[in-house]
Amino acid sequence: MSRQSVTPVITALAALGAGIGVLAIGLAASGYDPILGLGALGRGAFGSWYNFTSATLVRAVPLILLGLGVALAFRAGALNVGAEGQFYAGAIVATWVGIHVAGWPSALAIGAVWGAAAVAGVLWIALPVLLKVRFGVLEVISTLLLNFVAEAAVSYAVTGPLQEAKRIYPQSDPIAAAARLPLLPGSRLHGGILLTVLLAAALWFLFTRTRWGFRLKAVGLGPEAARVSGRIPVKRVIAGALLWSGALAGLGGGVEISGVTYTLFQNLSPGYGFTAIAVALLARLHPLGIVATGILFGAIEAGAQGMQREAGVPAVAVQVAEATIILAVLLAEVLARRSAARTVRAEDPA
Amino acid sequence: MSGERASLELLGISKAFGSVHALRGADFSLVPGKVHALLGENGAGKSTLLHIACGMIPPDAGVIRVRNAETVIRSPRAARALGIGMVHQHFTSIGALTVRENIALSVGRTDRVVDGRTEADLPRRLMAGLPEAARVESLSVVLRQRLEIAKALATGASILLLDEPSAVLAPSEVDELLILVREFVDAGGAAALITHKLREVFMAADRVTVLRHGVVTFSGAVAGQTEETLALAMIGEGVERGHDGERQAAPIPSESAPVVARFGDVPLKAGELVGIAAIEGNGQQELLRRIARGDGALGSVALVPEDRTTEGLIPDLSITENLVLGLDEDPQWARGRRLDWARARSRTGELIEAFRIRAESPDAPVRSLSGGNQQKVVLARALERRPAILIAENPTRGLDIRATAFVHAQLRAAAAAGVLVLVYSTDLDEVLDLGRRVLVVHAGRVAEAPRGAGRRLVGDMLLGIVRGATKVEP
Repeated sequence: MSRQSVTPVITALAALGAGIGVLAIGLAASGYDPILGLGALGRGAFGSWYNFTSATLVRAVPLILLGLGVALAFRAGALNVGAEGQFYAGAIVATWVGIHVAGWPSALAIGAVWGAAAVAGVLWIALPVLLKVRFGVLEVISTLLLNFVAEAAVSYAVTGPLQEAKRIYPQSDPIAAAARLPLLPGSRLHGGILLTVLLAAALWFLFTRTRWGFRLKAVGLGPEAARVSGRIPVKRVIAGALLWSGALAGLGGGVEISGVTYTLFQNLSPGYGFTAIAVALLARLHPLGIVATGILFGAIEAGAQGMQREAGVPAVAVQVAEATIILAVLLAEVLARRSAARTVRAEDPA
Repeated sequence: MSGERASLELLGISKAFGSVHALRGADFSLVPGKVHALLGENGAGKSTLLHIACGMIPPDAGVIRVRNAETVIRSPRAARALGIGMVHQHFTSIGALTVRENIALSVGRTDRVVDGRTEADLPRRLMAGLPEAARVESLSVVLRQRLEIAKALATGASILLLDEPSAVLAPSEVDELLILVREFVDAGGAAALITHKLREVFMAADRVTVLRHGVVTFSGAVAGQTEETLALAMIGEGVERGHDGERQAAPIPSESAPVVARFGDVPLKAGELVGIAAIEGNGQQELLRRIARGDGALGSVALVPEDRTTEGLIPDLSITENLVLGLDEDPQWARGRRLDWARARSRTGELIEAFRIRAESPDAPVRSLSGGNQQKVVLARALERRPAILIAENPTRGLDIRATAFVHAQLRAAAAAGVLVLVYSTDLDEVLDLGRRVLVVHAGRVAEAPRGAGRRLVGDMLLGIVRGATKVEP
């Protein structure tokens, strides 16, 4: 492996170490036993085959799918921070379709649910794309704000048109059995993990081997040079990246409905769309790296539940660890850039 | 050099960045009342030397003496306190602030900005035309640079270090700048002037030090030197200077060559090498970019843009990727929607050889190359398009003599091969040397200079003093 591909791995591991270290200090400072707490965290995430598959990997699937979506947009320099909203848009539509495909062959039903979810994600990001391309409205703002709209839309759906037939709880009826994903025997891990890994591999190929992937990267790193080169339609590349990004996030919502919950309810996502940004950044937008960082963050969130059960530490404490990891990575990036700048100055002093 | 009245002495300075030795035991000194030019190719260590003098980077070895007292300059702030002012190659003012605010910021007297005039006592000539209440982003390049000098002098500097200040200026503006520097030393200051242009050394400097690969190869009075002796010290071997006599070598297209483009109203033929002279901001760039946008309709048009690192190249990408930029549909490596990177990489290797680009490998990020080598990448890519028209904007800005000669040779060769080559440069000498035809743009209007017109006439046309003397034949 070349130096360029090893350094980010070391950075990521160092960041992880820093995150766990800060968490341990925090636990100790607030009167918990850090050994017990971290042990519970580890057991919750990796302590058993069941914990690994049913807690860690089940959480990793949406994180990876949304992380891939975020990375796709970020690669083109477009900051889609609305994966959470696109996830919910996908989940709403997936639920509606899932309820109506009773009696279909399973493959068809699942395909319909996933396809509808992806389209919903695209439609949810279409407005920000239009605003950006037409009027130059920053996508950071428009996609972020639409997250809140999407959450409100879920609340409306589960108390109105999609509410269960009994009209008791603010949740939908479960989707048809045909639309539910097969589970790994003895666990809650569903077939969506295969889709996730396949998509990551496909994106890796597209990013590194195709003209589309190259243009994405060029537009992201040097929009002016890409435009002046005369052959790259910069706006179209950015718009395409955002739309596909929305599709992946919407698909994430569909997979969650068809593989995990089978019903739609409020707070379906514990902030997957936001954690996915960290997942993508920690992996430096590399699709295969996102599989690894997605599992890592899945493990941390699964471990948090274990820590709460076993050691009585509030699960939110791990958010401190997550934030520390992200900050450590950003810091490492700044330092790397500075040392690169120093090297360049050495080679081009005149 | 007699040490007793030196303002600043750098003795035996060495500096290495990793494995690259930027400076090896270099000596350099400034005395009051004298302009000391610092000459050298890209990468010779000129900027590094001045950065050490102004406290930006610490030397690995060597002694710094300021007014005969040995000193360690730990920061730019410490340098300012010692009366050392630096004018950087790249502007360092804040665009959203006014001239006055920027000056106050550099003096460190931000509390006094509100009540009107700048505190510092600055030369009248320098401040002429510099509107103190104007936002810096609204200023022209010339005025922005004056502000840089004003900022350095406002701190009470008696030692002024100028890092290639003429790179962004038109000829008449360079003269003005050199007068300012001369006034500064006449008032007792000492100045160091980094430049690539031998002409400026002879015009403005009293002493000159030449660096090659971090070693001083000449240091002494300018009087008695010639362009040839200094060029030899810089390069270390004979180099084609590309001045007199070159014009005859420019290719002459046949009368029947087809008209392939129009610049303004002027028809241009295939195989012509056309020099375009203009002072920045006269509309020349819009005219050139209009032709560039005709890519496809006019046959392939390749552009060597003025700003190498934002418009020309993507610094974070490798040389290979930068070659493919804008050429990703080239059948050499396009396989349907896929790209054959192995093929692109080997082609990049060939071009690195052919253009003598100094790089570790085709995978090296363009960021790691020197300016001259970056420009070679831009040029290699432009020619890889097999263009019918090649447009080059300031193609040798910031390049050393050798790289400049190389770029010029490539442009001539392209014209000889039947490409219409348009070269716009703010360096009038370059336009006159290179262009068989010279077009002058003033206030958005294009006029052709009479064949064989000299600096003087074209200079007057640039300033709009003389209109285009010849009627353009269709």
